[in-house]
Amino acid sequence: MSEVAIKNLTLNFGPQHPAAHGVLRLVLEMDGEVVERADPHIGLLHRGTEKLIEHKTYLQAVPYFDRLDYVAPMSQEHAFALATERLLGLEVPERGQYIRVLFCEISRILNHILNVTTYALDVGAMTPLLWGFEEREFLMEFYERVSGARLHAAYFRPGGVHRDMPAGLADDIAGFIESFPKFLDDMESLLTENRIFKQRTVDIGVISVNEANDWGLTGPVLRASGAAWDLRKAQPYDVYDRMDFDIPIGKTGDCYARYLVRVAEMRESLRIMSQCLEQMPEGPVSSQQHKITPPSRADMKRSMEALIHHFKLYTEGYHVPAGETYTAVEAPKGEFGVYLVSDGTNKPYRCKIRAPGFAFLQALDKMSRGHMLGDVPALIGSLDIVFGEIDR
Amino acid sequence: MNQALKDLGEFIASGLPEAVQRAELIGDELVVTARAAAVTDVLSFLRDDSSCQFKVLVDLCGVDYPERAERFEIVYNLLSLRHNQRVRVKVSVGENTPVPTAIGVFHAAGWYEREAWDLYGIPFSDHPDLRRLLTDYGFEGHPMRKDFPLTGRVEVRYDETQKRVVYDPVSLTQEFRSFDFLSPWEGMNQVLPGDEKAKAESDEVGD
Repeated sequence: MSEVAIKNLTLNFGPQHPAAHGVLRLVLEMDGEVVERADPHIGLLHRGTEKLIEHKTYLQAVPYFDRLDYVAPMSQEHAFALATERLLGLEVPERGQYIRVLFCEISRILNHILNVTTYALDVGAMTPLLWGFEEREFLMEFYERVSGARLHAAYFRPGGVHRDMPAGLADDIAGFIESFPKFLDDMESLLTENRIFKQRTVDIGVISVNEANDWGLTGPVLRASGAAWDLRKAQPYDVYDRMDFDIPIGKTGDCYARYLVRVAEMRESLRIMSQCLEQMPEGPVSSQQHKITPPSRADMKRSMEALIHHFKLYTEGYHVPAGETYTAVEAPKGEFGVYLVSDGTNKPYRCKIRAPGFAFLQALDKMSRGHMLGDVPALIGSLDIVFGEIDR
Repeated sequence: MNQALKDLGEFIASGLPEAVQRAELIGDELVVTARAAAVTDVLSFLRDDSSCQFKVLVDLCGVDYPERAERFEIVYNLLSLRHNQRVRVKVSVGENTPVPTAIGVFHAAGWYEREAWDLYGIPFSDHPDLRRLLTDYGFEGHPMRKDFPLTGRVEVRYDETQKRVVYDPVSLTQEFRSFDFLSPWEGMNQVLPGDEKAKAESDEVGD
């Protein structure tokens, strides 16, 4: 029989596809059912965040960070707050730092629950999602009690956090730390040794440490390849240097290892949270320099100066000394960095947002080559892609 | 930490005397300023030299300074997992001078350069796939430039007669409000009328 040249099929995956985790248009060049080339088209959720931030004061820029990775909003705010504080040379009181670390870990669990369970849904398991969203609801309740909003918290601000935790919240978080491992065990009993789940994920999208570095992959994806790299340990910020926790790493660098790393990270997050609750001192939660943070309501009733501070803060904002910084935090998805350039005015001159998902999606082409079409949703799920931060 | 970074900066500057213009500490961060044409040499030196080992290109972005002769600055943020250090490489380029692509050194540069091209219009030579990345298909202009208006130039609406989405020039029902909050009391350099007398008087008292 003579050979017949078959023309490759170009397949449009998305932009509206439940397994694309958002508005991803993926143009796949297929040879039969094997992916030859993947070309992600992004930008369908581009809102010009960086441009908008250039026209807003530093305080007004904070809420934009919630809307980047809307699955774990406070981690993004943290990077911006740290960058601004570095330019201002501002110290955050201890209690504020502990609250930040506590809520960063809550955000991490929020993120990992969503990722692991929707990932399971992509490869065919529905129950973990239903269970996981109940747990997420508890966590979002903590968000709401501390900031007033379930998602877009705008809680971490340059100088500290906006308000102290309300009475009783610490006890409820401690209660959550008690009960949550039960959910993790249940979920793991459904997934970790599940034959179908393993068939869909083991040996899919293997990436080595060197390749991960070359493609700029960070966070759980890098750790699943075997590199024990975590900014919380390597370049600690706030009070992470006082926390006792381990960095889980994977051995194989495939989709399954990424799942295992995330589950293990949730358990570590619980450890950090309980240490925060234990060690948290009393005291102010934000810097007492009221040119940067608002004065208390009570002060404003009596002190003229406090009233002026309040007025100036919410109209003009504060001037940040000229300078530049690249400040990164270990967000749940990976290294989330803010490159902030200040020209000495009350608005950032340039604010570049380095989102971990951007690099992940770029590497999708490399990872998916040679895999079947059905493996692409598994890959996207395991990379933990959220379009808010990729498109910005 | 600071001394180590300073030493590293001097080492980089001495290792590549032609390509590197300056190595300095800004805050606690090492910034290397390089010539645009030699940026790939600098990046591969930083990646491969045993005392640098900056294997990860964390970020690449453009910055626009319209008042400068070479208008754009490209900023490469590198990370070394081995030495737990960061370095920032900056190059200045004019509007129409292409910069050699860094894809040959770091694969991660691909999309970051596409983004810089899309948002700032900085051309990268030898880039295999320099398409727009974030903006709409068929978008015109480079939105992150300082002279690009915040509201953009076109808006979209669904046209009932043509049964499709059409582009129109932006029409604002309310003018874009940009408040000038810069306080005259802090940024003031010029002398207010009358102030020169105060200075003259205090000089007389001093005499």
